[in-house]
Amino acid sequence: MASETNKKPLIQIKDLYKVFGKKSESVMPLVREGLSKDDILAKTGHTVGLKAINLDINKGEIFVIMGLSGSGKSTLIRHFNRLIDPSEGQILVEGIDVMKLNTKELEIFRRKKMAMVFQRFGLMPHRNVQDNVAYGLSVQGVDKATRAEKAKQWLETVGLAGYEKQYPSQLSGGQQQRVGLARALCTDAEILLMDEAFSALDPLIRSEMQDQLVELQKELNKTIIFITHDLDEALRIGDRIAILKDGELIQLGEPVDILLNPADDYVEAFVKDVNRPRALTVSTVMKPPAYRLTAETIGGALEEMRRIPANYAYYMTDDGFQGVVCEKALENAAQSDEEGLMEEFKVEDMSSLSPDAPLESIIPETMKSKFPLPVVDDDGDLQGVLSREDLAEVLSGFNRVETDGETQIENNDK
Amino acid sequence: MADSSWLNTFPKMDRVDLLEIRKYLDGAFRDFSREYGDDLEVFFSPLLDFLIWFEKLLVQSPWWAVLLSITALVYVASRSWKLSLSVVVSFMLIGYFGMWEDTMRTLSIITVCTMLAIILGVPIGILMSRSDRTQSVVTPVLDVMQTMPAFVYLIPVVMLLGIGKVPGVIAVVIYAIPPVIRLTNLGIRLVDKEVLEAATAYGANKMQRLLGVQLPLASPTIMAGINQTIMMALGMVVIASMIGVKGLGQPVLKSITNQYFTLGLFNGLAIVALAIIFDRASQAYAKRSQKHLQDGHNG
Repeated sequence: MASETNKKPLIQIKDLYKVFGKKSESVMPLVREGLSKDDILAKTGHTVGLKAINLDINKGEIFVIMGLSGSGKSTLIRHFNRLIDPSEGQILVEGIDVMKLNTKELEIFRRKKMAMVFQRFGLMPHRNVQDNVAYGLSVQGVDKATRAEKAKQWLETVGLAGYEKQYPSQLSGGQQQRVGLARALCTDAEILLMDEAFSALDPLIRSEMQDQLVELQKELNKTIIFITHDLDEALRIGDRIAILKDGELIQLGEPVDILLNPADDYVEAFVKDVNRPRALTVSTVMKPPAYRLTAETIGGALEEMRRIPANYAYYMTDDGFQGVVCEKALENAAQSDEEGLMEEFKVEDMSSLSPDAPLESIIPETMKSKFPLPVVDDDGDLQGVLSREDLAEVLSGFNRVETDGETQIENNDK
Repeated sequence: MADSSWLNTFPKMDRVDLLEIRKYLDGAFRDFSREYGDDLEVFFSPLLDFLIWFEKLLVQSPWWAVLLSITALVYVASRSWKLSLSVVVSFMLIGYFGMWEDTMRTLSIITVCTMLAIILGVPIGILMSRSDRTQSVVTPVLDVMQTMPAFVYLIPVVMLLGIGKVPGVIAVVIYAIPPVIRLTNLGIRLVDKEVLEAATAYGANKMQRLLGVQLPLASPTIMAGINQTIMMALGMVVIASMIGVKGLGQPVLKSITNQYFTLGLFNGLAIVALAIIFDRASQAYAKRSQKHLQDGHNG
């Protein structure tokens, strides 16, 4: 999903600063001067939580905020619903300045606009699963029958039908987090805040939950703000990713941007461990189709072929990609009949790749082929080519793919 | 005495000055009690009426009715036949040895003291948990209440209200209330931050957080505090009898002054029996109501 720039973002964070400590105002000038987190801690005993954060989050996207522990990501997410008040800055949700809400308004805002999922689930041990799921509604004063009905419905959605009367302590971690997710969905809030929601789960359950979240999102189209320390997770579910370090926003972009053009060494270190074949799709690493033949006759094709520096080319007609042609075969054919039509010339059939396929699924094919494999979209158009050299280069961990004019990779460095 | 002697003997206050201070304070307090003693008595008169009514209820009802309702209460709280049976046996023995009436009086005053301690103590504990400043003020007061010998604060209480049930109740409550306050405070402070945060994130207001999350999650700790309070109140029964509280304490006091060993032992055992019944019943109740908090297989 691409970000729609023409629409007004759903949530805006403007110049957000957060300093922890007793006299945070007195430290603000130092922070703005640009002193580092460690210097400020040493000088004043105050901890800088967040520094000059600016974010726009669009409706319907999964926005991932990523960083290591201490990077301020959990602090940041708690600013969206003001579980933490900023030292300075603005938080706008649908144009409403959250900072200006009084206690009562803030309670209503939290009830209606946002729901949160917690790392260690945050379930109430003294309530059964159904009452936990319906908690948001009970706070709002919704009657019991409606609550029970909605809770049941969402429990079914997350795959926990029949567990209504159990207590959280009787469930496994994955099941507990499903309850947490159902609780968040049960209030019908538009914005979902997920604070390391899957970090406490074991890997198998985690990827299961990630898939479930992505599936659910297709139906529900919520705006999800997702915190994680795991880049694989971020790349897997995120539409856009923001990377935090020491309370500062280092890079903001779509997963591919982050993966292929890390902004600095910090991000690069992150990116190094990513499972690239799974995270990248063919379209992100393919090269533009350089050598194509469009002539109608064999002679014409041969002439085109001689002009290019390679001894093979992809034959295109108005109907799209047809196959690959060798210079040798073309010369042989030209000797017998230079005016023969290309349609009658037997082009070498060749398997093609889909631009959306993840790299891990096309490694064998690409490695076996002596020519770069054509990348053909659903309409039959040739989008690009992928050679085994290019593939090997990306997979072997060259962190920056060559970004000269030939590449198709969007390169909008922030 | 030479001036240099402060090296050998502690430089203490002049005896005359000390006398002056004591006289002044005693005088001030006496004036205060003369001035406000009657008002205070009026203030506490509903409590006194309730105490008398409750004691009469226990003493004047037929013994089998009282025994039946106590056993029923214990059963409802604990759901244990064993405990209920031991209640019947111990009350039968108490009655057989002629201590029924005294036991009923003690039971009534302990019940009222415990209720008062809970009614006052839990809200104070809640306030304490809300702010560190309140906690730092209340904690030393509780320390004083717990360590100050009971006789010392009996004096002003008696001066103000005379001898009788009300000063007895006040003395017992002062002595027994600290655990419930402390443990309410502790229990609320120990509530899982994330659970409380979740409640806040879903828009719960202060009251919803208190009643829906903090108190239920703190209840095991609060129950432990109430249990301690009951035990301490029972321990105070003998001392309270010195200022005219009737009950099991008075025979004990009598046996101390007259060296009646057996009388003291029997009445002491009756107090112990009451304590054990209160303790087991309240603990069984607490355990039962928090069952789901404990039997998880995932911790």
